[in-house]
Amino acid sequence: MQFGLSSEQTLLKDSVDHYVRERSSLQRVRQFAANDEGRASDLLLGLAELGVCGLLIPEQYGGVGLSPLDACLVAESLGYHVAPVAFTASAAMVPTALLLAGSDAQRSAWLPKLAAGRMLVGAALSELCGARAGAGVSAKLTAAGSQLSGRALHVLDFEADAYLVADSGCGLHWVAVDAPGLTRQRLDSVDRTRPIGELVFNQVMAQPLPGGGASTCQRILDLGRLMLAADTLGAAQSMVDQAVAYAGQREQFGRVIGSFQAVKHMCAEMAAGLEPCRAFVWYAAHAITDTPAESHLLACQLKAHISEVSRFVAKTATEVHGGMGFTDLLGLHYWFKRIGMNRQLLGTPERLRLDAARAQGLVA
Amino acid sequence: MDLSYGPQYEVFRDQVRGFIQSNRDRAGSAGSPRDDNARAWQKLLIEHGYAARTIPKEYGGAGLAPDILQSRIIAQEFARAGVSAGLGGQGISMLVPTLLEVGTEEQKRQFIEPTIRGDLVWCQGYSEPGAGSDLASLRTSGVLDGDDWVVNGQKIWTSTAHLADWIFCLVRTEPNAPKHQGISFLLFRMDTPGIEIRPLIDMTMNPNFNEVFFSNVRVPKHQIVGKRGDGWMVANVILKNERDSLADPNQSLARLNLLINLMKTETVDSKPLIDDPQFLDRLMRIQGRVMAMQYNELRVLSSKLNPGQDASLARLVTKYQGTELRHELEALAIDAMGEGGLGYGSNPYLRDAGSWQYWYMFYLGLIIGGGTSQIQKNIISERGLGMPREPKLA
Repeated sequence: MQFGLSSEQTLLKDSVDHYVRERSSLQRVRQFAANDEGRASDLLLGLAELGVCGLLIPEQYGGVGLSPLDACLVAESLGYHVAPVAFTASAAMVPTALLLAGSDAQRSAWLPKLAAGRMLVGAALSELCGARAGAGVSAKLTAAGSQLSGRALHVLDFEADAYLVADSGCGLHWVAVDAPGLTRQRLDSVDRTRPIGELVFNQVMAQPLPGGGASTCQRILDLGRLMLAADTLGAAQSMVDQAVAYAGQREQFGRVIGSFQAVKHMCAEMAAGLEPCRAFVWYAAHAITDTPAESHLLACQLKAHISEVSRFVAKTATEVHGGMGFTDLLGLHYWFKRIGMNRQLLGTPERLRLDAARAQGLVA
Repeated sequence: MDLSYGPQYEVFRDQVRGFIQSNRDRAGSAGSPRDDNARAWQKLLIEHGYAARTIPKEYGGAGLAPDILQSRIIAQEFARAGVSAGLGGQGISMLVPTLLEVGTEEQKRQFIEPTIRGDLVWCQGYSEPGAGSDLASLRTSGVLDGDDWVVNGQKIWTSTAHLADWIFCLVRTEPNAPKHQGISFLLFRMDTPGIEIRPLIDMTMNPNFNEVFFSNVRVPKHQIVGKRGDGWMVANVILKNERDSLADPNQSLARLNLLINLMKTETVDSKPLIDDPQFLDRLMRIQGRVMAMQYNELRVLSSKLNPGQDASLARLVTKYQGTELRHELEALAIDAMGEGGLGYGSNPYLRDAGSWQYWYMFYLGLIIGGGTSQIQKNIISERGLGMPREPKLA
């Protein structure tokens, strides 16, 4: 019995962590946010060399063929450093969709490019977990492929070369960024480290993935939820670490504020909430490969739970920093907002808890 | 990552299940040390290696090698079957491991066997009215007079003092030493002249606790564990184990399943409680927290089996998180039942024998006992996060 990271996994985490710390400093994050860069090609190519882009892609397609747990470790690192890098959709949901639902030709065409970091693909599945008024995509199958009409909101990894799009019947489609009839619009969000956007389809021709369907879409969404949860774990852990470090330096009333119980207890409450989430992430990742029957319940409960814990962490760590925590100067708000955005994406806690109840047959 | 215990453990699990299946009619109830049936059951469990498992044979135990997974399987299977896993109490859970670690050969031979067989019942004399969270400031005194310690003072929160044959007791014997170095760990009979026991009813209205008063209680000099002044160290050999046992995630899971059953079967206005979206949401929230603590526990277990793996922070947070979680879990059942949730005692409409109100209150007691949540937060921040201690007042 061994419930923990293997030495290879620790090594992977360390090497990604080292790279991201060096190359995606807060200064680099600020630059990305201020310039509306959209895509941090330098970081993406560097991470691709470490195998990050092809982590879940089998070796035969040029990837590394690792597990969802390995992907969680990468997501955690990216969250810890609020790295402005496309990952949840392009490196996790999209490759998995191709493996689950793509044809041989589709896999051979796109997986190697994804693995090399030369192609970035966004995911437009949000309408399957809470469609806003006026949003939703319909598909008509024709001899030449599928024809899409409608609107997709909050598309993940938006600055992309192509998109994976779910229609309202859970069919999956591949749309090139320059497909005629496709209009794109960036949507400003509170988190400026990962761009999202809107796609409007006016009779856009797309390639259908032959193996779509509700259960496939659910698996793709659950994997996305797992990645967002791991990203949140990293971001929240960083906020705890920053708060503890700050409280150990900042002096008031002639002593470091970290020696006041009021401050220590805030830090203890954050750690007490967050530390069990780490094992929860590991277990939910493990379930995807080893106990798939419970993986949907786990993905929903994990993302709901960690979102609640991390909302508390985000607020509390900011408070520990006092007035500085509220400033742009310190930059702590990048972590606050990263956690806030992850909470909203692919199902908020209330919705996911309802899904969890449904998965157990507790409610119709 | 490998969550399977391996085939030899599955064989072991089948053995445990087989034993429970064929013997469950003989099972005694837990928590009744004076019950003959419970003691007979305990003896049977020891014979089969399901109780006192790792205690050497010469001290009356089963004499088996420690095996964390086997112990866990035994705990899981007895809990799943709802069958008593044997006698508990502070003699078995705290004194016996202490004696094994730091007792003399004579003490081990005299006390361990009758204690694990339930023939000798103990109580623990640690807390005092003026020494709660700051236990090391205790003032009950022991003064050497000839061949006896003469003990004077008062203990409080003494569970089962009214049932106990003996007490293991922290006493200040070196009044001029620093507070942690002036304490000794004494053992003495509860029928020694000069001991007065007064019941202390807690808010559940059960007479579980007592106050114990000592006036000139004479204790033979050799009835000490460790050396004079080593009492704090002796007590700390096992205090940390007590904390782990106060918030068992397996029990939280069992209560969660009972709560789900309650909310599916109990109705208000002819509708199951679980159909109320607000209570369903709270139920799912609690379930998420129970899951987090289950996997956290799995990680702690794994770290004991795989020495390279660090789970020290995961372990430090379990008492604080686990007791708060249980308190809220029990509260949800009460809230969901509405007016039906107020029942207690002999109310004929009780669900689950009134256990929801009972455990709701009991876990508030555990949030306070065994190191309060506030003390836990001090420990988490100081030992887990490396934050500085509160400076001493000048």
